Amino acid sequence: MTQLAVGTPGFRNRPALRRRRAKSAVLVGLLIAAVVVAVGVLAWVLVYVAIQGVGALNLGFLTQTPPGNPAAAGGGFYNGIVGSLIIVGIAALIGIPLGIGAAIYLVEYGRGRLADTIRFFNDVLIGVPTIVTGAFIYAIWVTRFGFSGFAGSLALAIVMLPLVTRTTEEMLRLVPNELREGSLALGATRSQTVMRVCIPTALPGIITGAMLAVARAMGETAPLLLTALGNDLFTEYNPAKRMSTLSLQIFDNAVTGFQEGQGRAWAGALTLIAIVLIFTFVARFFGRRVRTSNA
Amino acid sequence: MPSPAGVGGGIAASTVRVAPTLLKRGRPRFADRIFGTSVSVMGGIVLVVIVGMVVFLVLEGLPAMQHYGFFSFITASRWTPSTAFPNVSHPNPYGILQFIYGTMLTSIIGMIIAVPLAVGAALVITEVAPQRVKGPLSGLVDLLAAVPSVVYGFWGIFALIPAIKPVVDFLTTTLGTVPVIGVAFQGPFFGVSYFSAGLVLAIMVLPIIAAVCREVFRSTPRNEKEAALALGATRWEMIRIAVLPRARSGIVGASLLGLGRALGETIAVTMVIGNAVLHINGSIFSQGATMSSVIANEFTEATEPFHLSALFVVGFWLLIVALVVNIVARLVVHRGVAL
Repeated sequence: MTQLAVGTPGFRNRPALRRRRAKSAVLVGLLIAAVVVAVGVLAWVLVYVAIQGVGALNLGFLTQTPPGNPAAAGGGFYNGIVGSLIIVGIAALIGIPLGIGAAIYLVEYGRGRLADTIRFFNDVLIGVPTIVTGAFIYAIWVTRFGFSGFAGSLALAIVMLPLVTRTTEEMLRLVPNELREGSLALGATRSQTVMRVCIPTALPGIITGAMLAVARAMGETAPLLLTALGNDLFTEYNPAKRMSTLSLQIFDNAVTGFQEGQGRAWAGALTLIAIVLIFTFVARFFGRRVRTSNA
Repeated sequence: MPSPAGVGGGIAASTVRVAPTLLKRGRPRFADRIFGTSVSVMGGIVLVVIVGMVVFLVLEGLPAMQHYGFFSFITASRWTPSTAFPNVSHPNPYGILQFIYGTMLTSIIGMIIAVPLAVGAALVITEVAPQRVKGPLSGLVDLLAAVPSVVYGFWGIFALIPAIKPVVDFLTTTLGTVPVIGVAFQGPFFGVSYFSAGLVLAIMVLPIIAAVCREVFRSTPRNEKEAALALGATRWEMIRIAVLPRARSGIVGASLLGLGRALGETIAVTMVIGNAVLHINGSIFSQGATMSSVIANEFTEATEPFHLSALFVVGFWLLIVALVVNIVARLVVHRGVAL
């Protein structure tokens, strides 16, 4: 702080001022370098995946299942794409309504210690490693009913639930209290007020949060290793059976060591990034106020 | 009969439909109670899930814990499932100390790199960048969090590792030969390593730390920043005097949140760490394994006695570590933002 003391002679001292300005320029330059590194890495990842993926991406990739031998050419990840959509779809059907319900509780009903505890542990659940979530679903579901797409959906629903709760809660808090009071004064009950006034008002933000959670679930791999397991033999439409997903297929093929398999994995990575980015951008289109990170 | 689909009919019908729900007292109140109860139950699911995780991980890990003893896992550092026999309980072939070490080491490397970058990026976004650039810039940094883990791992193997190989080879031949600290930088470097995993983790947690820091910095009162500038502070001095002092606990909390994420990250780490489960490797450039990577790697192939159960023990300790770090982080962040 000494450098700032206005009354000291140093303040009007030109060389000292120049020195301070130079110091500021250097340090602000370092800060800008940090942003350049962050954005540069993003560009590096996206461009690298795009270049590698475009070569192997074709119509066959999107419509065929992988060849039995990872070293063979041709084939695609159709079964994984279908599996991802089914598994994440079911997860969304479970996780999004529960998350919205939990947020309604936190904002409109919950009071005191219990609500604070739930809000706190909802944030904590966001930070629980997803592989642990997978192990949990393995313990309560897979040990009884076997590996299945639905088990994967349950795991992803647990991944999505706290994310949806958090964004929905933030959005519901932005609904002005006057709207609630007005609705109640007109004779509406609390549930009517919530469902017809609060939720519709907050809807753009809620949709954004839900879509970001879906995007996050699309990219998850670890919990699916322990639940959906994967199935590269044929396209499975029945979520009661083990299923492949795009992320599982990328993981399996990336580490095969065969060029052809890796080529398919790059095409898969490009497809997956495209899906996730589309969800992210559409989500942002709905509401700009929502935080887009999953911190 | 005339069709009721006319415009007038529609309005009349809706009037008739709305009125009773607003005037009749009995049914709406009952529906209200059901609604309130069901959202409360949904709110409680979070607690059920967290408690359920702890309980079921312990239950599944119990056979191994009973056989080998609760603490023998975290005091041993050899993971050799092939030497496990149903009737031998000592020594414990499922030591997990080297995984805890791997998780800590990779996370620390990740944090050392990510925290300065994230804080810098957040400062640029909130204090330095022109207004028009702020939005797109923060969107781009956020996009780093949107890239799936498996893609980072894949990219790490084929793009990142070849790129850092010359640098690391240089470090192993210079720093690696220095007495005492050289142990931590010894080669040979095969690409997959603790260091590579730490680098990938840095990229993955950077957007998380940056997002929280951004909010913390944004809570700096505007008039304090303006006061600093009005007193003749340079931009950096303004940041140092008005922004950073208040943000200290927020930055710590944000870093802990990033750490919590780094500790549990699985797939990307599994792909670039080499999965050497046998023992602790001193050099950051050697291959290793983390708690999450060993679970991902061996879970579906766990056939030795107590193997699967031992993996649940690993999962249990991972959950405990993650819960502690996250709980502390949330407490710090809440206090930090409130200040």
